[in-house]
Amino acid sequence: MTKIWSIPGGIHPEENKSQSLQLPIGDIALPEELIYPLNQHIGVPATPIVEVGQRVLGGEKIAEAKGIVSAPIHAASSGTVTAIEDRTLPHPSGLSGPCIVIAVDGKDEFVEFAGCEDYLSLDHDTLVQKIRNAGLAGMGGAGFPTAVKLNPRANQTIYTLILNGTECEPYITADDILMQTRAEDLIKGTQLLARILGNPQRVVIGIEDNKPQAIEAVGMAAKDSNIEVVSFPTKYPSGGEKQLIQILTGKEVPSGKIPADIGIVVQNVGTAVAAYEAVRFGKPLIERITTVVGEALDTQRNIRVRLGTPIQHVLAEHGFVAKQASRLIVGGPMMGYALEQDDVPVIKTTNCILAPSKKELPPPRPAQACIRCGMCAEACPASLLPQQMYWYAMAEDYDKLEAHNIRDCIECGACSFVCPSNIPLVQYYRAAKGTMRQMAIDKEKSDRSRQRFEFRQARIAKAEAEKEAKRLARKKAAEEAKKKLEADKASGTQNAAPASNPAAKNDVVAAAIASAKASQATPEEQKARLERSLTSAEGRLDKLQQRHAEATAEMKEKLAAQIKQAELKLQDARKKLADFSPTDQATPGAVAVPASDSDDPVSAAIARAQAKMTMAPDEKLRANIESLHKRLQKAEEKLAAAKADNADTVDALQAGVDKLKAKIADNEKELVELGPVAAPQPAAAEQDAASAAIERAKAKAAAQASMSPEDKLRDQLQSMSGRLEKAHAKLEQAKTEGADTVDALQTGYDKMLAKQGKLRDELRALNPAAPELADSTLATAAAPTEPDAATAAIEKAKAKAAAQASMSPEEKLRDQIESLEKRLDKARQRLAKAEADNDENIDAFRAGVEKNEAKLQQAKADLENAE
Amino acid sequence: MAFMKMTSPHTTRAGDTGDVMKQVILACAPGLVALSYFFGPGSLINVIIACITAVTCEAAVLKLRNRPIGFYLNDYSAVVTGVLLGLALPPYCPWWIVVVGTAAAIILAKHLYGGMGYNPFNPAMVGYVILLISFPVEMTQWAAPRTILADGQSLLGPIQSLQQVFFGTGPDGYTGATPLDVFKHNSSQLVEHLYAQEPIFSAGRWAGSGWEWVNIGFLLGGAYLLYKRIFTWHTPVSMLAAIFILSVVFYDGGSSHSGGSPYLHLLSGATMLGAFFIATDPVSSAVSTTGRLIYGAGIGILVYVIRVWGNYPDAVAFAVLLMNFAAPFIDYYTLPRTYGHEKARRATEKDD
Repeated sequence: MTKIWSIPGGIHPEENKSQSLQLPIGDIALPEELIYPLNQHIGVPATPIVEVGQRVLGGEKIAEAKGIVSAPIHAASSGTVTAIEDRTLPHPSGLSGPCIVIAVDGKDEFVEFAGCEDYLSLDHDTLVQKIRNAGLAGMGGAGFPTAVKLNPRANQTIYTLILNGTECEPYITADDILMQTRAEDLIKGTQLLARILGNPQRVVIGIEDNKPQAIEAVGMAAKDSNIEVVSFPTKYPSGGEKQLIQILTGKEVPSGKIPADIGIVVQNVGTAVAAYEAVRFGKPLIERITTVVGEALDTQRNIRVRLGTPIQHVLAEHGFVAKQASRLIVGGPMMGYALEQDDVPVIKTTNCILAPSKKELPPPRPAQACIRCGMCAEACPASLLPQQMYWYAMAEDYDKLEAHNIRDCIECGACSFVCPSNIPLVQYYRAAKGTMRQMAIDKEKSDRSRQRFEFRQARIAKAEAEKEAKRLARKKAAEEAKKKLEADKASGTQNAAPASNPAAKNDVVAAAIASAKASQATPEEQKARLERSLTSAEGRLDKLQQRHAEATAEMKEKLAAQIKQAELKLQDARKKLADFSPTDQATPGAVAVPASDSDDPVSAAIARAQAKMTMAPDEKLRANIESLHKRLQKAEEKLAAAKADNADTVDALQAGVDKLKAKIADNEKELVELGPVAAPQPAAAEQDAASAAIERAKAKAAAQASMSPEDKLRDQLQSMSGRLEKAHAKLEQAKTEGADTVDALQTGYDKMLAKQGKLRDELRALNPAAPELADSTLATAAAPTEPDAATAAIEKAKAKAAAQASMSPEEKLRDQIESLEKRLDKARQRLAKAEADNDENIDAFRAGVEKNEAKLQQAKADLENAE
Repeated sequence: MAFMKMTSPHTTRAGDTGDVMKQVILACAPGLVALSYFFGPGSLINVIIACITAVTCEAAVLKLRNRPIGFYLNDYSAVVTGVLLGLALPPYCPWWIVVVGTAAAIILAKHLYGGMGYNPFNPAMVGYVILLISFPVEMTQWAAPRTILADGQSLLGPIQSLQQVFFGTGPDGYTGATPLDVFKHNSSQLVEHLYAQEPIFSAGRWAGSGWEWVNIGFLLGGAYLLYKRIFTWHTPVSMLAAIFILSVVFYDGGSSHSGGSPYLHLLSGATMLGAFFIATDPVSSAVSTTGRLIYGAGIGILVYVIRVWGNYPDAVAFAVLLMNFAAPFIDYYTLPRTYGHEKARRATEKDD
């Protein structure tokens, strides 16, 4: 006697099996229409291989398996394909799905089935292929493609083959009657399956002890084989795959795994018979035994029915009285599903059609409150706590459901069956499982998106880091190059300097650099400052990012904003530094590129000074003259533009132009004087003076830009006297030392004196002559070398300004008023003349008069205040 | 033709919650009979008053909550609460005691928590404890059993009983100390001497005259319910086992400091009523079999501890309420091992 294990829980519902066993297996007439849903099995739906209008024969394949976990479909009789369309499916959902519809022609012609007598000599693959081609799917109810189960993975050695003849559901007797009538075929089928699975050590046919006839028949047939026939006490749900394994082997299928993982394969007895037919006779799965039972029927029995037969046809053949039926169930009363429509077909998994009367299976009573009596927990074959799962399912607490192993619920319905409060527990679990499945799918989807996003972020960050690293490397290289250049320059200048006057030359460079530096913030300092700000910005960003990583979710947004700000600052600092760096590099580079067009006065001055040093004195002078000419041209252009705009800077520009002219003249004169034998010293001194002058001119130009014309004049005059003093001091020094530069210095000093005088004249002339400048623009531009009325006026103004410089404020003001009155008179005269002549410049004249009047008033007011 | 759509299973076992409750009420009969025999009709009057109050309160609250009254009254849960509280209260206690206690049980302990199935505490015991704390005098006057009445005295008749209950005008001297009271107040005598001296013990066989039979009555009722599979054996057996073990351990050879014999603890007071009718209330107890073993043992231990070292002579109500608190916690850690899992999980676990 084989050892039997017991399972926890379980129930004993009324069996109701005798009703359908009173009559032998019957046959019914062919229906007019056969309907084949493309998905009658677990897995991928089959693909139709017939077309509408095509004639098919019985046994002809009409849909091909698609993928591994799938099964083909065969026509059960001859006829014409009338449609491939959506029809109501025999499914708990009651949804529609694609079906092949065949109009039966009644001839019932079949294709030739290719049998094989010596099937046990065929190899494993051929046998599996035959079973697969026959469209076999588990006939116990689940419908898993049989061929897949018979082809376990290489690492799954099958030790036990179990044939499930339990049929624990009430009412159903299809397997019972099959075992009673076809025990021989069952044994052959079992041997075939065992052969395919590599002859497992143990082959068992398990049958509940409420089927004595089946046990006897199968026991007789299995007498001479090594197949065990085991009967065990009737208890629902012993026929569940997992429960049957536990009963027959004492093993449990680990949660989330399949029986093959523990070396066990379970097949339904009906599947075994169908497998035998498929291999031995080449007959595809086109019919099955189905129990037709229930008090709403006249006849209750088992029938051999063609797959695809509409259920309403089956019911009609059994005297179905729809009015009496409380519902229509496919499968048993415990796990079967209720149909809303009876036009769905019998499919591979349809083991029972139950049409109970209202008395037989009354409508469910209303559910009462759960009193947690625990009867459900006692009934559960999986040792779950249904009352707790119900509680959490109602609360939609999916974490708790997971912890209560809701996934291990086999939905057998034992808990609902025993519940005194009539709570439809399984319904809650199904709903919760469905939601959890959906949630898992959604979670996977969102996980994938998040992974993608994170990967993208990482990639961007990496690219940024690489860019930053490159930038830093570049910066470092530039710094090193600069240092090297500076070192080179220092040594190179020393080496290259003429022995006679190295100090003077160095002084020139140093002075140029120093003055340039003085005129602007030191580049090094600036750079250091920028670098400091960069470092601090980086530090801040790092700190913030660290805090961001540590921060809680609600703080993150705030911090993210701060980080963004810090990043912007960092970017700004980097940009500034980057902007600064080229300038930085240009300083040493100026030696190599003396003609650098840089706007930066510092580098330009250095470049010019250095260019001068490397040239011969006469060349230098020529270059000087050339550059002065250029500057003059520029200045004149600017002056013209200013005059056209009637700008305030006109005076200053005019002065600048004049000065440049004077300088050019001086230089030309010097060049003539210098001659081919000119000593280097004066040239050096001149060089010094020249570059200094350039610098001063520039500084002055910058300062002048923001001054009023009169202020500018005064400034100019001041600087001129300063220069004069310096020159004088130099001259005196030279004289006392008896240097041979005395002559040259004397010449320069004289020239300067002359210049000063000239400037004073100009200044004196400036103010009264101002209005005339408007007219003389073209003349000045056309004949720059000829002193014209405008220049005279400037000279005059300059002289006056110089005179004013030595006056008391009141005197100055009086003087001003006088001159203004004069100018006003003149202006009025001219305006009158212009009005008479109808001059086109009349507006300008009028404006000049008005301006003069305003100035006069202002000056008078100032005088009053001063007095 | 459209058929009724519903999910499986399509069949259920006969019977509903009302049937379960009726079984419980029926199982109370032996205990009530014993009580009435030994102490007179007081307990019966209590039960009747409590049932009427319970059903009235239930109906009123259901009406306030807009629930179908008939549907809920049909589950007989209010009647069970009334019966259990009526049995637990001292016979001949004033009627208003019963009414207040029952109203508190139904309204406070049951419906304010959501009604049937949602009450975390046993409603009858909540009512009992409220009364015990609020009206200690009325709640500690237990009738003396007929076996120890003085000559010429007899149990209160129906009329006298009603007078006593409704007007407090019954005859004097019907009360007496319970066995647990006697034991509680003993600190000088050996158990042997105490048993010989005190009539409540000397007139009885194991654990006090009358009381032992009342407990046996409830034990019989409980056995019936076990047979009917209304509840499982786990809670009552573990509770009785815990009391038994503790009383053996602390019996102390019957000295004056003895905690009392196992007989005394098992067959006096509310031990059997508590074990089979109170602790087995499914709503407020632990759910798994392991959980119920722990839950029952916890009640047994608390009953003994409070009886012997606490201030109250009996302690079933307190013990049950304290373990009601612990039930959800016990549930978290006593999930059964599910099929296909190597070991049991905890409900606090998270998957993955």
